Amino acid sequence: MFVAATIGILASMAIVLVRALLGPTVYDRVMAVNIFGTKTVLLIAVLGFLTDRPEFLDLALVYALINFIGTIAVLKFFAFGDLGLTRRVERGPE
Amino acid sequence: MIETVLDYASWASILGGLFFMVVGTIGVLRLPDVFTRLHAAGMTDTMGAGLLILGMSFQTVVGIMHGETSYWSVLIRLVFVYAFLMFTSPISTHALARAAIVSGLEPWTNDHEDDA
Amino acid sequence: MLRAVGLGAILLTFWLLLSGHYTPLLIGFGVGSTALVVFLSMRMDVIDHEGVPIHISTRLLLYIPWIMKEIVVANIAVAKVILDPRLPISPRLVTFHGSPKTDLGRVVYANSITLTPGTITIGVSGQEYLIHALSAADLDSNEQDEMDARCTQVAEG
Repeated sequence: MFVAATIGILASMAIVLVRALLGPTVYDRVMAVNIFGTKTVLLIAVLGFLTDRPEFLDLALVYALINFIGTIAVLKFFAFGDLGLTRRVERGPE
Repeated sequence: MIETVLDYASWASILGGLFFMVVGTIGVLRLPDVFTRLHAAGMTDTMGAGLLILGMSFQTVVGIMHGETSYWSVLIRLVFVYAFLMFTSPISTHALARAAIVSGLEPWTNDHEDDA
Repeated sequence: MLRAVGLGAILLTFWLLLSGHYTPLLIGFGVGSTALVVFLSMRMDVIDHEGVPIHISTRLLLYIPWIMKEIVVANIAVAKVILDPRLPISPRLVTFHGSPKTDLGRVVYANSITLTPGTITIGVSGQEYLIHALSAADLDSNEQDEMDARCTQVAEG
């Protein structure tokens, strides 16, 4: 039964990748990658049960946090063009 | 007896979680723009992940009832994974929607009453 | 100070729950890293009513079952919309007036709105919430009023 769950998650991950490839805006792609990350967390958890090694959940835990920080970092990079700045850069002529 | 019930409940919620996850994914493909797609994305994050983790928790409870004490730590980790997802999912959704609207994307609409 | 102790207790509990090895050395590492994190948080000046909101924890625990029920109901509604071949959506942006006055209350309210599929908070300014809704049916005003009242109660007692 965990095999079925794994296949289901993998299939929906593949569908989400289609959205990431189609776009059309960069936000669609970031969103697709975010969903992909959430599904990876669940896939790791299910794989842990499938192989009877539930210690995999530690990885899922860390992945959940990194996925969130990664999404925010990418969005901030697109909004400000820099990870350290807190306001939009005004690009002057010089 | 109670183990059989838990086992069935576990499979039922894992199947339910898969259902909501696939429906959310179909929504991400079908819906017209990034704002509407975020609603479908929220479905995978809340209900899909929630039911899958609930199903796995039932499995660990069955394991605990068989006397495997190591499953307690698995149960705790499952609860933490879900709690993290619940706290981070609305924030990344909000950040995405905010970034999209600040960049000047117009939400798709089919409201033609105003035009008429 | 109470908040610093509370943060330390929460972090240490988290460590002990995840570790699973209860030898003096490893518990010592846990206490050490907890102390370091609490010290750093004090230096960063983030231990306040916002960073460590332990005063709402019991009310928050009571709020969770209700929001879960709301999430399930909203999920089923959105799933029906997505699976409908005609795709009956009418997305719109609306502005809402919410009653929570404190920052914490507004955060709880805005996140609750986003968590229930069908509605997303795009912006908050003062007590005005800019919300994107998937269809007009998601903007049931009774439900929003109840969520508003409950969030205010959670954050402001």
